[in-house]
Amino acid sequence: MPLLEVIDMSHNFGGLRAVNDYNLTLEPGQVVGLIGPNGAGKTTIFNLITGIYRPTEGDIRLEGQSIVGLRPNAIAARGLARTFQEMRLWRYLTVKEHIMMARYSKLSYGLLGAFLSLPKRHRQERESEEMAMEYLKIFGVDRFADQMVIDLPYGAARRVEMARALAIEPKVLFLDEPTVGMTPEEMADMIKVVHQVHERFKPAIFLIEHRLKVVAELCQRVQCLVFGEVIVEGDPTTVQSDPKVIEAYLGDEKVVA
Amino acid sequence: MHPGDSPAREHGLRAALGRFFAPVPLMGWLLAVLTAVLLERHIGDALIDALGLPKIPVLFGVLVMLKKPALIPGSLAFTGLVYLIPVTLVARFTAPLTNGIAAALQRMPLMVSGLIHLGLLYLIFHLWTDVSDYRLITLKLMLIAVLVTLSINLINGYMGEFSCSHPGFMALGAYMASIFTVGLFTDDRLFGDAVFHTLLAPAFFPLGLFLGGCVAALGALIVAVPSFRTRGDYLAIISLAFMFIVKSLLENLEFAGGPRGLSGQPDWATLPAVFCVVVLGVWIMNNFVTSTMGKALNAVRDNESAAEAMTVDTRKTKMICFMFGAFWAGVAGGLFAHVLRYVAPATFGLTKLAEVLAMVYFGGLNSVWGSITGAVSISLLSEALRPLQILKWICIPLLLILVMIYRPRGIMAFKEFNPRKILAPRTGKAKGGTDAAA
Repeated sequence: MPLLEVIDMSHNFGGLRAVNDYNLTLEPGQVVGLIGPNGAGKTTIFNLITGIYRPTEGDIRLEGQSIVGLRPNAIAARGLARTFQEMRLWRYLTVKEHIMMARYSKLSYGLLGAFLSLPKRHRQERESEEMAMEYLKIFGVDRFADQMVIDLPYGAARRVEMARALAIEPKVLFLDEPTVGMTPEEMADMIKVVHQVHERFKPAIFLIEHRLKVVAELCQRVQCLVFGEVIVEGDPTTVQSDPKVIEAYLGDEKVVA
Repeated sequence: MHPGDSPAREHGLRAALGRFFAPVPLMGWLLAVLTAVLLERHIGDALIDALGLPKIPVLFGVLVMLKKPALIPGSLAFTGLVYLIPVTLVARFTAPLTNGIAAALQRMPLMVSGLIHLGLLYLIFHLWTDVSDYRLITLKLMLIAVLVTLSINLINGYMGEFSCSHPGFMALGAYMASIFTVGLFTDDRLFGDAVFHTLLAPAFFPLGLFLGGCVAALGALIVAVPSFRTRGDYLAIISLAFMFIVKSLLENLEFAGGPRGLSGQPDWATLPAVFCVVVLGVWIMNNFVTSTMGKALNAVRDNESAAEAMTVDTRKTKMICFMFGAFWAGVAGGLFAHVLRYVAPATFGLTKLAEVLAMVYFGGLNSVWGSITGAVSISLLSEALRPLQILKWICIPLLLILVMIYRPRGIMAFKEFNPRKILAPRTGKAKGGTDAAA
């Protein structure tokens, strides 16, 4: 049984067919990439699977159970974590609090525990704090623990976001353009971080990427999406050299010539 | 940005004062104020004779000075001799001793140390209000204002929604608690004879307040269900509508006195009762906002979709916060009704809303400190400036405008309220050290 399975998923925005008969299987530990030109519907697919939108048709199964119609927080708590293209960190929380927040679903002290500051709350918050510091160490950002995120350099903020997603202890990790807006050095660094994450936590990774180089280095399998439809699927080299992909990225060869 | 943040020595009066008082712990301040209050009690009468004042100035002389300018020098001298000078001297020069006490208390559990400090604070309040009934009611209303401001700060600050229904929640709490106490424990023209004649009756006061809070929380549920599907202005409009609905509902409830209101509440809102409820409320609300469950409110405010993606149950979080804020507003309303021993629908209108919003935005959003500062300063100011009559409503808004210009987020926004740090002994050097490291 695959870890994550998307079967014939389609989605309409009003009259516009944004995603058409999309299929995906993700085995444990596998790294799959999703490429495609701007506006192809890549982020829509992420939003559909993570529960922000509800697909018009089709089914999504996580470990064999359908997750269609669940709220995004419930899907995340089942082990599907994501990052965002524009990071979406919280302006007034410290770096450490970001990681602790991702462990929200694992807290069991309840409202009474929070209101009355019961020992159970202190124990769980302390554990959560220790865990947070561990994650920050792994990503090399522990020295920023008590800082607000707006004071962080871009690369560090990206790492914090990745650490936050992993604190959920996900089985599947969705990365939405993790290298967007990065210099080549930062990009190489990010590729290293993703490799590291994959080796250490062994989640299945599904990533959207614009840059073919990143995809080639990270992914075992790549899908190319154009106008909401997967036109080619295969290993990175095959997909990159496929004429249809080149056409989608660079335009019609005849026109170029 | 803040004075004292930079390790370099700053100049100017404010920085100099900051350095002068840096080694004074909270214990030092409490003992210093206690000394001043005792001083007023023992030499106050002799001093007013010497200074030619008719009676002890109740609010540090401000009222007297505004009413009778001729008494300005006498009032200033009184305030200086009884409050300013003794507080300064005692606070600063007993600092080594009070730091020692604070350090000893620090080794005890936080609860013990906290209760000792609160006990001292209560003693100060008790002695200070002993002088006049006017002080007593001002102080009670000020404490209630702290509770109301903090409860609205949960919604408008921590959760970042703009809610206008707080006077409505207060009204619900005030009426529910009043009906409970007046109906069951007193002989009343509206509700007939008391159902229970018992010496233990005042012990049911907390239950009355709790019921008031619960009714307010139910009201919050009614506002929240339709408005939480959307964000932004909708909640402001719906909650404003709710406030007016509650007001006209109460005006038309004949059994509760209609527009004439409800009076004859038993005199149970004594200073210790108000003090305990407010301290309990602040403690519980502070516990909530410092827990991860409470910090989830900030996550929802700063980016709701990210909070959801990180397993935070945003709907539950928002609903709890809204009902929790309303609950404490209801409790505060119950206290309010029993302090004034009279409650009428007209009290809970736009004026009340303006007052509450002024307190929360003046003090600062997302901060327990801010709520305390805002509530204390606005309620003291509006009492002290009373002799100015209509001009009062020019002075206070002007002050608000100034705060908005120079500290757009309020005086003490986003400041953590950590009891352990507040009670800790101060050593001027260590403070500078941590600032430099940060």
